Amino acid sequence: MNPKEVLLNPLFNNNPIGLQMLGICSALAVTTKMSVALVMCIALTTVTAFSNLFISLIRNQIPSSVRIIVQMAIIASLVIVVDQVLGAVAYDISKQLSVFVGLIITNCIVMGRAEAFAMQNPPGLSFIDGIGNGLGYSVVLMIVATIREFFGSGSLFGIEVMPLVTNGGWYSSMGLMLLPPSAFFIIGLLIWVLREWKTDQVEEVEFEIGGHTALSRI
Amino acid sequence: MSDNDQNPQPPANKDSMKNIIVVSLLVCLVCSIVVSSAAVILKPQRLANKELDRNKNILEAAGLYEKATATGDEDIPGLFENFEIRLVDLEEKRVLSVLEASDLGIDPTTYDQRKAAKNPALSKVLSSAEDIPSISRRARYSTIYILRDGQNVDKVVLPVHGYGLWSTLYGFIALDGDMSTVSGITFYEHGETAGLGGEVDNPSWKAVWAGKTMYEGGEVVLKVLKGAVNPNAAGVRYQVDGLSGATLTSRGIQNIVTYWMGDQGFGPILKEIQG
Repeated sequence: MNPKEVLLNPLFNNNPIGLQMLGICSALAVTTKMSVALVMCIALTTVTAFSNLFISLIRNQIPSSVRIIVQMAIIASLVIVVDQVLGAVAYDISKQLSVFVGLIITNCIVMGRAEAFAMQNPPGLSFIDGIGNGLGYSVVLMIVATIREFFGSGSLFGIEVMPLVTNGGWYSSMGLMLLPPSAFFIIGLLIWVLREWKTDQVEEVEFEIGGHTALSRI
Repeated sequence: MSDNDQNPQPPANKDSMKNIIVVSLLVCLVCSIVVSSAAVILKPQRLANKELDRNKNILEAAGLYEKATATGDEDIPGLFENFEIRLVDLEEKRVLSVLEASDLGIDPTTYDQRKAAKNPALSKVLSSAEDIPSISRRARYSTIYILRDGQNVDKVVLPVHGYGLWSTLYGFIALDGDMSTVSGITFYEHGETAGLGGEVDNPSWKAVWAGKTMYEGGEVVLKVLKGAVNPNAAGVRYQVDGLSGATLTSRGIQNIVTYWMGDQGFGPILKEIQG
Protein backbone atom coordinates (compact mmCIF):
# COMPACT_ATOMS: atom_id res chain seq x y z
CA MET A 1 0.00 0.00 0.00
CA ASN A 2 1.40 3.38 -0.82
CA PRO A 3 1.18 6.11 1.81
CA LYS A 4 -0.72 8.49 -0.46
CA GLU A 5 -3.55 6.02 -0.88
CA VAL A 6 -3.59 5.32 2.85
CA LEU A 7 -3.91 9.05 3.51
CA LEU A 8 -6.45 9.96 0.85
CA ASN A 9 -8.64 6.86 0.60
CA PRO A 10 -10.53 7.54 3.84
CA LEU A 11 -11.55 10.98 2.57
CA PHE A 12 -14.11 9.75 0.06
CA ASN A 13 -13.42 6.16 -1.07
CA ASN A 14 -13.47 4.62 2.39
CA ASN A 15 -14.88 7.35 4.59
CA PRO A 16 -15.17 6.31 8.25
CA ILE A 17 -18.62 7.90 8.59
CA GLY A 18 -19.85 7.51 5.02
CA LEU A 19 -18.85 3.91 4.36
CA GLN A 20 -17.54 2.36 7.57
CA MET A 21 -20.40 3.90 9.58
CA LEU A 22 -18.12 4.66 12.53
CA GLY A 23 -18.19 7.68 14.81
CA ILE A 24 -21.68 8.86 13.96
CA CYS A 25 -22.65 9.51 17.60
CA SER A 26 -20.21 12.39 18.10
CA ALA A 27 -21.01 13.71 14.61
CA LEU A 28 -24.53 14.39 15.86
CA ALA A 29 -23.47 16.03 19.08
CA VAL A 30 -20.71 18.50 18.23
CA THR A 31 -21.79 19.91 14.88
CA THR A 32 -24.00 22.84 15.87
CA LYS A 33 -21.05 25.24 15.65
CA MET A 34 -18.16 25.09 13.22
CA SER A 35 -15.52 26.20 15.72
CA VAL A 36 -16.47 23.44 18.15
CA ALA A 37 -16.60 20.87 15.36
CA LEU A 38 -13.17 21.95 14.15
CA VAL A 39 -11.61 21.48 17.58
CA MET A 40 -13.28 18.09 17.85
CA CYS A 41 -11.84 17.13 14.43
CA ILE A 42 -8.34 18.17 15.44
CA ALA A 43 -8.65 16.30 18.74
CA LEU A 44 -9.92 13.14 17.11
CA THR A 45 -7.34 13.22 14.29
CA THR A 46 -4.54 13.65 16.82
CA VAL A 47 -5.78 10.80 18.97
CA THR A 48 -6.34 8.43 16.04
CA ALA A 49 -2.94 9.17 14.50
CA PHE A 50 -0.99 8.74 17.72
CA SER A 51 -2.92 5.75 18.98
CA ASN A 52 -2.27 4.05 15.64
CA LEU A 53 1.40 4.98 15.88
CA PHE A 54 1.93 3.70 19.41
CA ILE A 55 -0.14 0.57 18.98
CA SER A 56 1.68 -0.25 15.76
CA LEU A 57 5.05 0.27 17.47
CA ILE A 58 4.31 -2.42 20.03
CA ARG A 59 2.02 -4.57 17.88
CA ASN A 60 4.48 -7.48 17.86
CA GLN A 61 4.68 -7.48 21.63
CA ILE A 62 0.95 -7.13 22.39
CA PRO A 63 -0.38 -10.53 23.51
CA SER A 64 -3.52 -11.26 21.53
CA SER A 65 -5.54 -12.19 24.62
CA VAL A 66 -5.26 -8.69 26.13
CA ARG A 67 -4.84 -6.64 22.95
CA ILE A 68 -8.13 -4.74 23.26
CA ILE A 69 -7.30 -3.71 26.83
CA VAL A 70 -3.82 -2.58 25.82
CA GLN A 71 -5.30 -0.56 22.96
CA MET A 72 -7.86 1.00 25.29
CA ALA A 73 -5.19 1.96 27.82
CA ILE A 74 -3.18 3.74 25.14
CA ILE A 75 -6.22 5.45 23.60
CA ALA A 76 -7.58 6.52 26.98
CA SER A 77 -4.23 8.03 28.02
CA LEU A 78 -4.01 9.99 24.78
CA VAL A 79 -7.55 11.28 25.20
CA ILE A 80 -6.86 12.43 28.76
CA VAL A 81 -3.75 14.27 27.58
CA VAL A 82 -5.71 15.94 24.76
CA ASP A 83 -8.46 16.89 27.22
CA GLN A 84 -5.90 18.41 29.59
CA VAL A 85 -4.24 20.37 26.80
CA LEU A 86 -7.60 21.70 25.62
CA GLY A 87 -8.46 22.76 29.16
CA ALA A 88 -5.21 24.69 29.32
CA VAL A 89 -5.22 26.38 25.92
CA ALA A 90 -8.86 26.55 24.80
CA TYR A 91 -10.91 26.59 27.98
CA ASP A 92 -14.12 27.93 26.47
CA ILE A 93 -14.24 25.37 23.70
CA SER A 94 -13.27 22.56 26.03
CA LYS A 95 -16.25 23.56 28.19
CA GLN A 96 -18.54 23.47 25.17
CA LEU A 97 -17.22 20.09 24.10
CA SER A 98 -17.69 18.97 27.73
CA VAL A 99 -17.97 15.21 27.78
CA PHE A 100 -17.43 14.68 24.09
CA VAL A 101 -13.64 14.94 24.25
CA GLY A 102 -13.66 12.24 26.91
CA LEU A 103 -15.98 10.20 24.73
CA ILE A 104 -13.31 10.05 21.98
CA ILE A 105 -12.18 7.03 24.02
CA THR A 106 -15.28 5.20 22.92
CA ASN A 107 -15.29 6.66 19.40
CA CYS A 108 -15.46 3.68 17.10
CA ILE A 109 -13.04 5.21 14.58
CA VAL A 110 -10.07 5.19 16.98
CA MET A 111 -10.68 1.66 18.19
CA GLY A 112 -11.63 0.43 14.73
CA ARG A 113 -8.46 1.72 13.08
CA ALA A 114 -6.27 0.39 15.89
CA GLU A 115 -7.73 -3.06 15.57
CA ALA A 116 -8.13 -3.15 11.78
CA PHE A 117 -4.99 -1.34 10.63
CA ALA A 118 -2.39 -0.59 13.28
CA MET A 119 -2.22 -4.19 14.52
CA GLN A 120 -1.09 -5.37 11.06
CA ASN A 121 0.91 -2.47 9.63
CA PRO A 122 4.19 -0.67 10.35
CA PRO A 123 4.12 2.51 12.49
CA GLY A 124 4.69 5.08 9.73
CA LEU A 125 1.86 3.81 7.61
CA SER A 126 -0.41 3.42 10.65
CA PHE A 127 0.23 7.02 11.63
CA ILE A 128 -0.74 8.15 8.12
CA ASP A 129 -3.81 5.93 8.25
CA GLY A 130 -4.82 7.59 11.52
CA ILE A 131 -4.46 11.04 10.01
CA GLY A 132 -6.35 9.94 6.90
CA ASN A 133 -9.27 8.57 8.87
CA GLY A 134 -9.28 11.60 11.13
CA LEU A 135 -9.49 13.76 8.01
CA GLY A 136 -12.26 11.61 6.59
CA TYR A 137 -14.20 12.15 9.80
CA SER A 138 -13.35 15.85 9.70
CA VAL A 139 -14.62 16.30 6.13
CA VAL A 140 -18.05 14.96 7.05
CA LEU A 141 -18.14 16.80 10.38
CA MET A 142 -17.22 20.14 8.84
CA ILE A 143 -19.78 19.80 6.03
CA VAL A 144 -22.49 18.96 8.56
CA ALA A 145 -21.38 21.78 10.88
CA THR A 146 -21.31 24.30 8.01
CA ILE A 147 -24.88 23.43 7.00
CA ARG A 148 -26.13 23.37 10.58
CA GLU A 149 -24.51 26.61 11.67
CA PHE A 150 -25.46 28.42 8.46
CA PHE A 151 -29.14 27.49 8.57
CA GLY A 152 -29.45 27.13 12.34
CA SER A 153 -27.66 30.27 13.53
CA GLY A 154 -27.20 32.22 10.30
CA SER A 155 -23.45 32.38 10.86
CA LEU A 156 -20.20 30.69 9.84
CA PHE A 157 -17.44 30.24 12.45
CA GLY A 158 -19.49 32.54 14.67
CA ILE A 159 -19.41 35.38 12.13
CA GLU A 160 -22.90 36.52 11.26
CA VAL A 161 -23.79 35.93 7.63
CA MET A 162 -27.57 36.13 7.77
CA PRO A 163 -28.76 38.42 10.60
CA LEU A 164 -31.29 36.61 12.79
CA VAL A 165 -34.77 37.93 13.48
CA THR A 166 -34.00 37.69 17.21
CA ASN A 167 -31.10 40.13 16.66
CA GLY A 168 -33.19 42.46 14.55
CA GLY A 169 -32.33 40.90 11.17
CA TRP A 170 -34.46 39.15 8.57
CA TYR A 171 -33.51 35.48 8.87
CA SER A 172 -35.62 33.31 11.12
CA SER A 173 -33.49 30.35 12.08
CA MET A 174 -34.34 26.72 11.35
CA GLY A 175 -34.76 25.29 14.83
CA LEU A 176 -34.32 21.74 13.56
CA MET A 177 -30.76 22.52 12.50
CA LEU A 178 -29.84 23.23 16.12
CA LEU A 179 -31.07 19.82 17.24
CA PRO A 180 -29.10 16.56 16.85
CA PRO A 181 -31.60 14.84 14.49
CA SER A 182 -30.77 17.31 11.72
CA ALA A 183 -27.24 15.89 11.61
CA PHE A 184 -28.79 12.49 10.98
CA PHE A 185 -30.66 13.81 7.94
CA ILE A 186 -27.61 15.66 6.62
CA ILE A 187 -25.33 12.64 7.04
CA GLY A 188 -27.95 10.47 5.33
CA LEU A 189 -28.10 12.85 2.39
CA LEU A 190 -24.29 13.07 2.25
CA ILE A 191 -24.03 9.27 2.06
CA TRP A 192 -26.61 9.29 -0.72
CA VAL A 193 -24.64 11.90 -2.71
CA LEU A 194 -21.38 10.02 -2.04
CA ARG A 195 -22.83 6.77 -3.35
CA GLU A 196 -24.30 8.40 -6.43
CA TRP A 197 -20.77 9.64 -7.16
CA LYS A 198 -18.85 6.52 -6.15
CA THR A 199 -21.25 3.82 -7.27
CA ASP A 200 -19.00 0.98 -6.07
CA GLN A 201 -19.95 1.92 -2.49
CA VAL A 202 -23.57 0.96 -3.06
CA GLU A 203 -24.31 -2.13 -1.02
CA GLU A 204 -25.92 -5.15 -2.56
CA VAL A 205 -29.62 -5.34 -1.96
CA GLU A 206 -30.25 -7.79 0.84
CA PHE A 207 -33.79 -8.55 -0.23
CA GLU A 208 -36.03 -7.49 -3.08
CA ILE A 209 -39.12 -5.53 -2.23
CA GLY A 210 -42.05 -7.31 -3.83
CA GLY A 211 -44.61 -5.67 -6.07
CA HIS A 212 -47.79 -4.16 -4.68
CA THR A 213 -50.13 -6.65 -3.14
CA ALA A 214 -53.84 -5.99 -3.11
CA LEU A 215 -55.17 -5.76 0.45
CA SER A 216 -58.07 -8.06 -0.31
CA ARG A 217 -55.66 -10.94 -0.83
CA ILE A 218 -54.40 -10.90 2.74
CA MET B 1 13.75 -7.09 14.64
CA SER B 2 12.75 -3.92 12.83
CA ASP B 3 9.23 -2.64 13.08
CA ASN B 4 9.23 -1.92 9.40
CA ASP B 5 9.42 -5.56 8.35
CA GLN B 6 6.59 -6.36 6.04
CA ASN B 7 5.96 -9.77 7.53
CA PRO B 8 7.40 -9.73 11.02
CA GLN B 9 7.62 -13.02 12.83
CA PRO B 10 5.90 -12.67 16.19
CA PRO B 11 8.06 -13.63 19.13
CA ALA B 12 7.42 -17.19 20.16
CA ASN B 13 6.51 -16.28 23.72
CA LYS B 14 4.14 -13.41 22.76
CA ASP B 15 1.12 -15.09 24.33
CA SER B 16 2.89 -16.55 27.34
CA MET B 17 1.61 -15.61 30.78
CA LYS B 18 4.88 -13.83 31.53
CA ASN B 19 4.67 -11.68 28.42
CA ILE B 20 1.03 -10.78 29.11
CA ILE B 21 1.92 -9.52 32.58
CA VAL B 22 5.09 -7.71 31.47
CA VAL B 23 3.40 -5.96 28.55
CA SER B 24 0.35 -4.97 30.61
CA LEU B 25 2.52 -3.60 33.41
CA LEU B 26 4.76 -1.66 31.06
CA VAL B 27 1.84 -0.18 29.14
CA CYS B 28 0.15 0.86 32.39
CA LEU B 29 3.36 2.35 33.74
CA VAL B 30 4.14 4.38 30.63
CA CYS B 31 0.53 5.54 30.27
CA SER B 32 0.26 6.61 33.89
CA ILE B 33 3.52 8.56 33.69
CA VAL B 34 2.32 10.35 30.55
CA VAL B 35 -1.10 11.14 32.01
CA SER B 36 0.15 12.32 35.37
CA SER B 37 2.93 14.48 33.95
CA ALA B 38 0.45 16.12 31.56
CA ALA B 39 -1.87 16.78 34.49
CA VAL B 40 0.88 18.25 36.67
CA ILE B 41 2.46 20.41 33.95
CA LEU B 42 -0.83 21.87 32.75
CA LYS B 43 -2.40 22.37 36.18
CA PRO B 44 -1.40 26.04 36.74
CA GLN B 45 -2.76 27.04 33.33
CA ARG B 46 -6.00 25.14 33.91
CA LEU B 47 -6.49 26.73 37.32
CA ALA B 48 -5.86 30.20 35.91
CA ASN B 49 -8.45 29.53 33.20
CA LYS B 50 -10.92 28.34 35.80
CA GLU B 51 -10.44 31.47 37.89
CA LEU B 52 -10.89 33.67 34.83
CA ASP B 53 -14.01 31.77 33.88
CA ARG B 54 -15.43 32.15 37.39
CA ASN B 55 -14.85 35.88 37.33
CA LYS B 56 -16.38 36.07 33.89
CA ASN B 57 -19.47 34.34 35.23
CA ILE B 58 -19.74 36.83 38.08
CA LEU B 59 -19.62 39.64 35.52
CA GLU B 60 -22.12 37.85 33.33
CA ALA B 61 -24.59 37.33 36.18
CA ALA B 62 -24.39 41.04 36.91
CA GLY B 63 -24.97 41.79 33.24
CA LEU B 64 -21.59 43.49 32.83
CA TYR B 65 -20.10 41.09 30.38
CA GLU B 66 -21.82 40.86 27.05
CA LYS B 67 -20.59 37.88 25.09
CA ALA B 68 -21.54 39.44 21.78
CA THR B 69 -19.68 42.70 22.29
CA ALA B 70 -16.67 41.47 24.21
CA THR B 71 -13.53 41.60 22.15
CA GLY B 72 -11.65 39.25 24.38
CA ASP B 73 -11.09 38.07 27.89
CA GLU B 74 -8.48 40.76 28.53
CA ASP B 75 -11.20 43.08 29.87
CA ILE B 76 -12.26 40.69 32.62
CA PRO B 77 -9.69 41.54 35.30
CA GLY B 78 -10.33 45.26 34.76
CA LEU B 79 -14.11 44.94 34.93
CA PHE B 80 -13.82 42.65 37.91
CA GLU B 81 -12.01 45.34 39.89
CA ASN B 82 -15.27 47.31 40.09
CA PHE B 83 -16.61 44.75 42.52
CA GLU B 84 -16.29 45.11 46.24
CA ILE B 85 -15.66 41.59 47.53
CA ARG B 86 -16.94 41.06 51.07
CA LEU B 87 -16.94 38.11 53.40
CA VAL B 88 -20.26 37.13 54.96
CA ASP B 89 -20.93 34.95 57.98
CA LEU B 90 -23.81 32.61 57.21
CA GLU B 91 -24.07 31.52 60.88
CA GLU B 92 -24.41 35.00 62.35
CA LYS B 93 -26.13 36.09 59.16
CA ARG B 94 -24.24 39.31 58.60
CA VAL B 95 -21.64 40.93 56.41
CA LEU B 96 -18.22 40.96 58.05
CA SER B 97 -16.16 44.13 57.98
CA VAL B 98 -12.80 44.11 56.25
CA LEU B 99 -11.15 44.14 59.69
CA GLU B 100 -13.12 41.14 60.92
CA ALA B 101 -12.22 39.21 57.80
CA SER B 102 -8.54 39.88 58.28
CA ASP B 103 -8.86 38.90 61.96
CA LEU B 104 -10.17 35.56 60.78
CA GLY B 105 -7.16 35.32 58.50
CA ILE B 106 -9.35 35.06 55.42
CA ASP B 107 -8.68 37.09 52.31
CA PRO B 108 -12.03 37.37 50.48
CA THR B 109 -10.31 37.59 47.08
CA THR B 110 -8.67 34.19 47.45
CA TYR B 111 -11.16 32.50 49.79
CA ASP B 112 -12.12 29.05 48.54
CA GLN B 113 -15.59 28.24 49.78
CA ARG B 114 -15.52 24.76 48.37
CA LYS B 115 -12.36 23.89 50.27
CA ALA B 116 -13.78 25.45 53.42
CA ALA B 117 -16.91 23.31 53.18
CA LYS B 118 -14.70 20.25 53.65
CA ASN B 119 -12.95 21.70 56.70
CA PRO B 120 -14.87 20.85 59.93
CA ALA B 121 -13.63 24.04 61.61
CA LEU B 122 -15.02 26.24 58.86
CA SER B 123 -18.22 24.44 58.00
CA LYS B 124 -21.16 22.57 59.45
CA VAL B 125 -23.11 19.47 58.56
CA LEU B 126 -26.61 20.26 57.40
CA SER B 127 -29.41 18.18 58.86
CA SER B 128 -31.63 16.51 56.31
CA ALA B 129 -34.41 19.00 57.04
CA GLU B 130 -32.08 21.93 56.42
CA ASP B 131 -30.29 20.43 53.47
CA ILE B 132 -32.60 21.56 50.68
CA PRO B 133 -29.93 21.70 47.93
CA SER B 134 -28.34 18.34 48.94
CA ILE B 135 -24.89 19.74 49.65
CA SER B 136 -24.48 17.92 53.03
CA ARG B 137 -21.85 20.40 54.36
CA ARG B 138 -21.99 24.18 54.18
CA ALA B 139 -19.09 26.53 54.72
CA ARG B 140 -19.63 29.09 57.44
CA TYR B 141 -18.24 31.94 55.41
CA SER B 142 -19.04 32.94 51.90
CA THR B 143 -18.02 35.79 49.65
CA ILE B 144 -20.42 38.21 48.02
CA TYR B 145 -19.66 40.64 45.23
CA ILE B 146 -21.10 44.12 45.56
CA LEU B 147 -21.23 46.63 42.75
CA ARG B 148 -21.81 50.22 43.91
CA ASP B 149 -23.15 53.18 42.04
CA GLY B 150 -21.86 56.02 44.17
CA GLN B 151 -23.15 55.29 47.67
CA ASN B 152 -26.00 53.03 46.58
CA VAL B 153 -25.69 49.34 46.00
CA ASP B 154 -26.30 48.71 42.32
CA LYS B 155 -25.94 44.96 42.19
CA VAL B 156 -25.07 42.04 44.43
CA VAL B 157 -23.72 38.77 43.07
CA LEU B 158 -24.10 35.71 45.30
CA PRO B 159 -22.33 32.37 44.86
CA VAL B 160 -24.73 29.43 45.02
CA HIS B 161 -24.48 25.71 44.58
CA GLY B 162 -26.59 22.60 44.88
CA TYR B 163 -27.27 19.21 43.42
CA GLY B 164 -29.09 18.78 40.12
CA LEU B 165 -29.51 15.34 38.60
CA TRP B 166 -25.94 14.05 38.21
CA SER B 167 -23.76 16.72 39.66
CA THR B 168 -23.41 19.73 41.89
CA LEU B 169 -24.09 22.91 39.97
CA TYR B 170 -21.93 25.89 40.92
CA GLY B 171 -23.09 29.31 39.87
CA PHE B 172 -24.03 32.86 40.70
CA ILE B 173 -27.28 34.71 41.17
CA ALA B 174 -27.19 38.48 40.83
CA LEU B 175 -29.82 40.81 42.27
CA ASP B 176 -30.50 44.45 41.47
CA GLY B 177 -30.20 47.29 43.98
CA ASP B 178 -33.71 46.65 45.35
CA MET B 179 -32.39 43.26 46.57
CA SER B 180 -35.31 41.48 44.99
CA THR B 181 -35.22 41.83 41.21
CA VAL B 182 -33.08 39.15 39.58
CA SER B 183 -30.35 40.60 37.42
CA GLY B 184 -29.02 37.33 36.12
CA ILE B 185 -28.00 33.75 36.80
CA THR B 186 -25.07 31.71 35.53
CA PHE B 187 -23.57 28.32 36.24
CA TYR B 188 -19.87 27.94 35.72
CA GLU B 189 -19.50 24.32 36.61
CA HIS B 190 -21.85 21.38 36.34
CA GLY B 191 -22.01 17.87 34.93
CA GLU B 192 -25.60 17.72 33.74
CA THR B 193 -26.54 16.00 30.47
CA ALA B 194 -25.55 18.14 27.50
CA GLY B 195 -28.66 19.26 25.63
CA LEU B 196 -31.05 18.53 28.54
CA GLY B 197 -29.91 19.64 32.00
CA GLY B 198 -26.87 21.18 30.31
CA GLU B 199 -29.24 23.79 28.89
CA VAL B 200 -28.69 25.73 32.13
CA ASP B 201 -25.94 27.31 30.01
CA ASN B 202 -28.37 28.32 27.29
CA PRO B 203 -28.25 32.13 26.99
CA SER B 204 -31.93 32.43 26.09
CA TRP B 205 -32.97 30.47 29.17
CA LYS B 206 -30.69 32.56 31.38
CA ALA B 207 -32.18 35.70 29.83
CA VAL B 208 -35.62 34.63 31.10
CA TRP B 209 -34.42 35.19 34.68
CA ALA B 210 -33.59 38.86 34.30
CA GLY B 211 -36.25 41.07 35.82
CA LYS B 212 -38.02 38.33 37.79
CA THR B 213 -39.03 39.03 41.37
CA MET B 214 -37.23 37.06 44.07
CA TYR B 215 -39.00 38.19 47.26
CA GLU B 216 -42.50 39.19 48.18
CA GLY B 217 -43.42 39.94 51.78
CA GLY B 218 -39.99 38.73 52.88
CA GLU B 219 -40.52 35.28 51.41
CA VAL B 220 -38.74 33.72 48.44
CA VAL B 221 -41.43 33.54 45.77
CA LEU B 222 -39.42 32.75 42.67
CA LYS B 223 -40.57 29.47 41.11
CA VAL B 224 -39.00 27.34 38.42
CA LEU B 225 -42.04 25.79 36.77
CA LYS B 226 -42.33 22.48 34.99
CA GLY B 227 -42.74 23.52 31.37
CA ALA B 228 -43.16 27.03 30.03
CA VAL B 229 -44.61 30.02 31.86
CA ASN B 230 -48.02 31.12 30.69
CA PRO B 231 -47.44 34.81 29.85
CA ASN B 232 -50.99 35.67 30.95
CA ALA B 233 -50.71 34.00 34.36
CA ALA B 234 -50.92 36.19 37.44
CA GLY B 235 -47.56 35.07 38.82
CA VAL B 236 -45.58 35.61 35.65
CA ARG B 237 -43.24 38.11 37.31
CA TYR B 238 -41.81 35.47 39.63
CA GLN B 239 -42.11 32.38 37.43
CA VAL B 240 -39.30 30.95 35.30
CA ASP B 241 -39.58 28.31 32.56
CA GLY B 242 -38.40 24.86 33.55
CA LEU B 243 -35.89 23.16 31.28
CA SER B 244 -37.68 20.74 29.02
CA GLY B 245 -36.43 17.19 29.40
CA ALA B 246 -34.65 18.12 32.61
CA THR B 247 -37.22 18.05 35.40
CA LEU B 248 -34.71 17.01 38.06
CA THR B 249 -32.15 19.64 37.09
CA SER B 250 -34.92 22.28 37.17
CA ARG B 251 -35.96 21.03 40.59
CA GLY B 252 -32.34 21.25 41.72
CA ILE B 253 -32.21 24.87 40.62
CA GLN B 254 -35.43 25.57 42.50
CA ASN B 255 -33.83 24.05 45.60
CA ILE B 256 -30.73 26.20 45.11
CA VAL B 257 -32.87 29.33 44.92
CA THR B 258 -35.07 28.36 47.87
CA TYR B 259 -32.12 27.57 50.09
CA TRP B 260 -29.55 30.22 49.24
CA MET B 261 -32.04 33.07 48.93
CA GLY B 262 -33.93 31.98 52.06
CA ASP B 263 -33.25 32.50 55.78
CA GLN B 264 -30.58 29.77 55.85
CA GLY B 265 -28.70 31.41 53.04
CA PHE B 266 -28.26 35.02 52.01
CA GLY B 267 -31.81 36.23 52.81
CA PRO B 268 -31.01 38.06 56.08
CA ILE B 269 -27.75 39.39 54.65
CA LEU B 270 -29.54 40.98 51.72
CA LYS B 271 -31.92 42.70 54.16
CA GLU B 272 -28.91 44.03 56.04
CA ILE B 273 -27.35 45.40 52.85
CA GLN B 274 -30.59 47.05 51.89
CA GLY B 275 -30.72 48.64 55.34
